Amino acid sequence: MTTKNTIAVLVNDHPGVLQRVSGLFGRRGFNIESITVGQSEEVGLSRMVIVTVGDENNLEQIEKQLYKLVDVIKVIDLSSKPMVARELAMIKVKAEPPQRPEIMGVVETFRAAVIDVGTTSLIVQVIGDTEKIDAMIELLKPYGIRELTRTGVTAMVRGNA
Amino acid sequence: MSAQIPEVRSTDELRQKWMEPEVITGSEILLRSLLLEGVECVFGYPGGAVLYIYDAMYGFKDFKHVLTRHEQGAIHAADGYARASGKVGVCIATSGPGATNLVTGIATAFMDSVPLVVITGNVVSSLIGTDAFQEADITGITMPITKHSYLVRDVEELPRIIHEAFHIANTGRKGPVLIDIPKDISAAQTLFVPQTGPVTMRGYNPTVLPNKIQLDKLTQAISEAERPFILAGGGVVYSGGHEALYEFVRKTEIPITTTLLGLGAFPSGHELWTGMPGMHGTYTSNQAIQQSDLLICIGARFDDRVTGKLDGFAPQAKIVHIDIDPAEIGKNVATDIPIVGDVKAVLELLNQDVKRTDRADAWRAQIQRWKNEKPYSYKDSDAVLKPQWVIELLDETTKGGAIVTTDVGQHQMWAAQYYKFNQPRSWVTSGGLGTMGFGFPSAIGAQVANPDRLVISINGDGGMQMCSQELAICAINNIPVKIVIINNQVLGMVRQWQELIYNNRYSHIDLAGSPDFVKLAEAYGVKGLRATNKEEARRAWQEALDTPGPVVVEFVVSREENVYPMVTQGSTIDQMLMGDE
Ligand SMILES: Cc1ncc(C[n+]2csc(CCOP(=O)(O)OP(=O)(O)O)c2C)c(N)n1
Repeated sequence: MTTKNTIAVLVNDHPGVLQRVSGLFGRRGFNIESITVGQSEEVGLSRMVIVTVGDENNLEQIEKQLYKLVDVIKVIDLSSKPMVARELAMIKVKAEPPQRPEIMGVVETFRAAVIDVGTTSLIVQVIGDTEKIDAMIELLKPYGIRELTRTGVTAMVRGNA
Repeated sequence: MSAQIPEVRSTDELRQKWMEPEVITGSEILLRSLLLEGVECVFGYPGGAVLYIYDAMYGFKDFKHVLTRHEQGAIHAADGYARASGKVGVCIATSGPGATNLVTGIATAFMDSVPLVVITGNVVSSLIGTDAFQEADITGITMPITKHSYLVRDVEELPRIIHEAFHIANTGRKGPVLIDIPKDISAAQTLFVPQTGPVTMRGYNPTVLPNKIQLDKLTQAISEAERPFILAGGGVVYSGGHEALYEFVRKTEIPITTTLLGLGAFPSGHELWTGMPGMHGTYTSNQAIQQSDLLICIGARFDDRVTGKLDGFAPQAKIVHIDIDPAEIGKNVATDIPIVGDVKAVLELLNQDVKRTDRADAWRAQIQRWKNEKPYSYKDSDAVLKPQWVIELLDETTKGGAIVTTDVGQHQMWAAQYYKFNQPRSWVTSGGLGTMGFGFPSAIGAQVANPDRLVISINGDGGMQMCSQELAICAINNIPVKIVIINNQVLGMVRQWQELIYNNRYSHIDLAGSPDFVKLAEAYGVKGLRATNKEEARRAWQEALDTPGPVVVEFVVSREENVYPMVTQGSTIDQMLMGDE
């Protein structure tokens, strides 16, 4: 059964590491839905969060292949645990003055924010899980989306674990 | 007479000298560090980006440098050296075209888990990324085919990087490690602090010792099995586990097949050995895999040339997989008992507990019947030389005692089928990548590693032309490799596929225009001999054996001969074409 899996990969903060990891996914035929990288809690280590679609075997192979990379310190299958996952999107939506109140209504219901106002457009910022962002985009589509950018998912295990 | 290479001079006294901390250049650091890693010989080719390194080598006598005629020759030689010795092979090339000429050799070593340290020069750090003259992003190009790689950014890191590189290359699942050194780094000076201690790396800790519970499961499974079978591969050779494997088979009396890369891991003459499995494997091995109820895979990776169609592979067997690389387990074949660990360590632990069972007696008898009924066979001829006969001649006259390297093609399969190997590290062949051009230069490396052994390099007339320029190396350094060319005047293995799978449509396989190989040898100052019938063959081969230096012996053989048995792609391995016989 194919499912969406979220894995966190703790890596050495060395040049080329992102290339090593993403290259591995490419040449082994694993797909990447999103990948985010940034600092971790420890100096010298970065944390990547990768969302991938595949079956259980696939996930096991991904973990094992990742561990073969010398710069990979730890691989955690977040989706097997209770986790919180968040993504940020910015949506530049067409907004002539008459449409604005309606758009603001959508923004408020989603607890999103307007972070820039142009004469004929607004930039909406939304943070949430992937479904929430998908829904927000669906609702803004009728007004005309001029530009859209999403960060990809970053995630953590809930609680003290 | 033995080869003049290498002159190993890394005595304790020298080591002491090299251990002195001193302000020196990156190039000198490289040379000293290589010495401290026990390197005896480096295969290489100079160029602008490594000139500081070559300058440091001027008059340097503490290890040998062999100047090949092509970087591909250098890396295959380093590979052959590593396979035949178990030590790390080292080669060196300049940036850009020098570095990219290594790619095929790096991929070859990677696929077969061969420990190499590959050193390339690069343009000066400040020019990296500017498309400078002879710049290539060699770490980027080779990322998918190296175990790990380094681009050195600071000369002070060089001693640590070299020490780590050797550690990574030759531990766990072995493989090639690349060190790319920008020109300014090889020129820069710093205080050299030698690195010889244990390496600790947070992200690199191969599992050596297996899980005890899994071992007990295997012992239990062996005691219950009625049709157990062992599939052993190159991992046995690489871990030095051949004696432990022998002991395992002696105790359990489980019949055994060894893969192409596993040849020599178990003595060919042993009655429980069933020959190679897979596409050109024996009837017995393939039947045994398909009918076994317990398949114990040891240091092999279920390559598709071994398994044939995966769906339908070993359908009745409980699968046990012993491997140092956890990622191999379950990659191709679902495993019932996974055992991660060093093959030698695993087998030694198992040997404390395992026993022979009578339950498998009927199976043992069945295997003997198959072996007797369907051995490898070919139709011999007195009118024309048969390549299989030539390999048998080599085997009989050397009693299986030589180191044999091959190129890729039909001759490779015949060598695997008809030469009998009794010791590990006597068989050097490109299995995973199937690299033509590998056979001859790898023999140079194997001979350098074993100056006093007989090294025979078996090549096709096609592949020999991919690195024949290295004949110069044999002549110059008196490397006494016996270079055999099985000349069928065509790209034989391709011809075979075109005959059997593409309805005799022989597209571009005719090697007309090949050189006169005897004259080619002579042009380099190497003795050349030719044989076209059995009598000439015996005579020429004896002369080659009696000649102290390198010799090329060309055997002109039948053009039409095919390798059998054969499992065509998409078939399960028990669906074999057996040929005429
Ligand atoms: C570098 C490279 N190119 C192409 C091939 C494909 N290939 C495999 S076997 C073969 C024919 C080899 O012919 P020859 O060297 O004459 O050996 P023979 O099969 O006749 O023994 C070819 C072209 C290869 N394995 N490697």
